[in-house]
Amino acid sequence: MIEQYFPNGIGHYLAGGLMIGAAVGLLFITTGLKGGMSTVFSSTWSFVSKTPFFQQARFTESRLWRLTVAAGLILGGFAWMLITGSGTWQTTIPWWRLLVGGFLVGFGARLSNGCTSGHGICGLASFQMPSLLAVLTFLVTGIVTAQLIARIGGM
Amino acid sequence: MNPIQLIWALISGALFGFGLSLSTMTHPEVVLSFLRFTDFGLLMVLGGAVIVATLCYQLAPRLLAKPLFGSVWGKYPSELNMRTIGGAAIFGIGWGISGVCPGPAIAGLGSGNWPLFLVVLAIFAGAWVQGRFFGH
Repeated sequence: MIEQYFPNGIGHYLAGGLMIGAAVGLLFITTGLKGGMSTVFSSTWSFVSKTPFFQQARFTESRLWRLTVAAGLILGGFAWMLITGSGTWQTTIPWWRLLVGGFLVGFGARLSNGCTSGHGICGLASFQMPSLLAVLTFLVTGIVTAQLIARIGGM
Repeated sequence: MNPIQLIWALISGALFGFGLSLSTMTHPEVVLSFLRFTDFGLLMVLGGAVIVATLCYQLAPRLLAKPLFGSVWGKYPSELNMRTIGGAAIFGIGWGISGVCPGPAIAGLGSGNWPLFLVVLAIFAGAWVQGRFFGH
């Protein structure tokens, strides 16, 4: 039963999840800041784009800490690789799926004002009903899309 | 934003990136195996993260007058409208195509998952088109 639904075990999933929650909590307890990982993809444009949308205070006033969190993400991935000695590993998902999927992820998350970490972790932990609906929506469209691609022979 | 806060932002981000790597969320193949119902590990990751984050978000403002190195407790405002739901639907389609979302796309670069650089560029492009032509 467990093996059927969790062929790779549960431990590392749960430990990683608890760590991610602790990271979100630590940022809040130390600085009072809440935020997922998609806003940095808009706020960083405020450094170079004069488009009024990107020059809003919510982006210009948060761009520095959001970029710092993003730098931390890279550092954390690097630390994990060093500590576990796992070496590098590269995805084999075709490049065009990474590009097309990534574009829709960026467009959709910013239109929705949240992603898996924004709506999924920060929104749910803040008891935001719109975030719960957003999470259910992207779970449904994500599952349908992935299953359709598998059906037509994709990975 | 003072330097102490930025240091905590860096530490929090590093812990986040470590957790994403440990839970193999930086592997698009693992995310897709959840969406295809062959490995439900992602639910453990999301569930574990939400439980701890909820405890922190709900308890900290009741126990402390203000953040340890800040002045106000922030909010996560989300609005119920077509942008929130329609955007989430589009996000999910992209997630199902690539197996990548914003956090893992960034964190994966730290452990040398170089193809994710394409995703990061594409997310930046998508975010620009959204802000430039559909900004609100």
